[in-house]
Amino acid sequence: MTQEGSIITDEMKALIGVEGTPTVLEVEKGAIRMMAEAIGDPNPLWQDEDYAKKTKYGGIIAPPVFLCSPRAGIARGVQRKSPFLRALAGGDELEYLKPVKLGDTITAVSRVTEYSEREGKRGKMLFTIIETTFKNQRDEVIVIGRSTYISY
Amino acid sequence: MATQLYYEDVEAGMDMPPLVKHPTTKQLVQWAGASGDYYELHYDKDFARAQGFPDVLVHGKLKFGLLGQLITDWIGEEGFLKKLGCSYRGTDHPGEDLVCKGKVTNKYVEDDQHLVECEIWVENGKGEKTTPGKATVILPSRG
Repeated sequence: MTQEGSIITDEMKALIGVEGTPTVLEVEKGAIRMMAEAIGDPNPLWQDEDYAKKTKYGGIIAPPVFLCSPRAGIARGVQRKSPFLRALAGGDELEYLKPVKLGDTITAVSRVTEYSEREGKRGKMLFTIIETTFKNQRDEVIVIGRSTYISY
Repeated sequence: MATQLYYEDVEAGMDMPPLVKHPTTKQLVQWAGASGDYYELHYDKDFARAQGFPDVLVHGKLKFGLLGQLITDWIGEEGFLKKLGCSYRGTDHPGEDLVCKGKVTNKYVEDDQHLVECEIWVENGKGEKTTPGKATVILPSRG
């Protein structure tokens, strides 16, 4: 039953937990470099193979933001509904279980996990939480992302 | 690289070295290409104005990336970032100084891991925290 006056419909609730289309991303050196340059992050761990080889990672790894991008499939491919047209990114939280290494093939799968509503300055606002699980080529979960979207 | 930070070096209340950034429109375009986020709000001023903003907006996820650098610069290559999260509370525009800051809130040992919790944020030129967040890191111990 939909609560009286709630903007969260049964149709929306039915989409909770439904997995979206997977996004597959190969972790390439150029892609990592572009990301590091966009951030303005000169850390040699992201770019210098000789340097990275001597660290505990044994090679280049990606900076923390790497999977927090539409290209990597965060909050992508998932069906979601909102009664509103205007939308904003509310925030992101990433939990890192293993490093993202150069040469990995990452598969991202997202699902809506939660809706909530709040009364804002311009009326009702809908908060949608989308969880994304990132697995590497060995089927190990390496990162779990939780993204909040606000529509109003 | 700076000297490695150890668990024994940090205490609750300690500040991280701040990271000062000055995002330009060019940087936003670089981020758009690197991340695959081609929403016009971040590079088309007319589009941003039609939405009621004075200028294009710095991507939230780019600010997440700046906070990521704040942490990885601080913890060094022996540290491991376990969790990073932030809320895109306020908007930021290119041409403004953004300062990423952080403070240690707690430290503890769990399952042999030396964990440190931090409050982190992006501050604009007016000193407003536009992007508050939290991070949990694992630091090496001198044992």
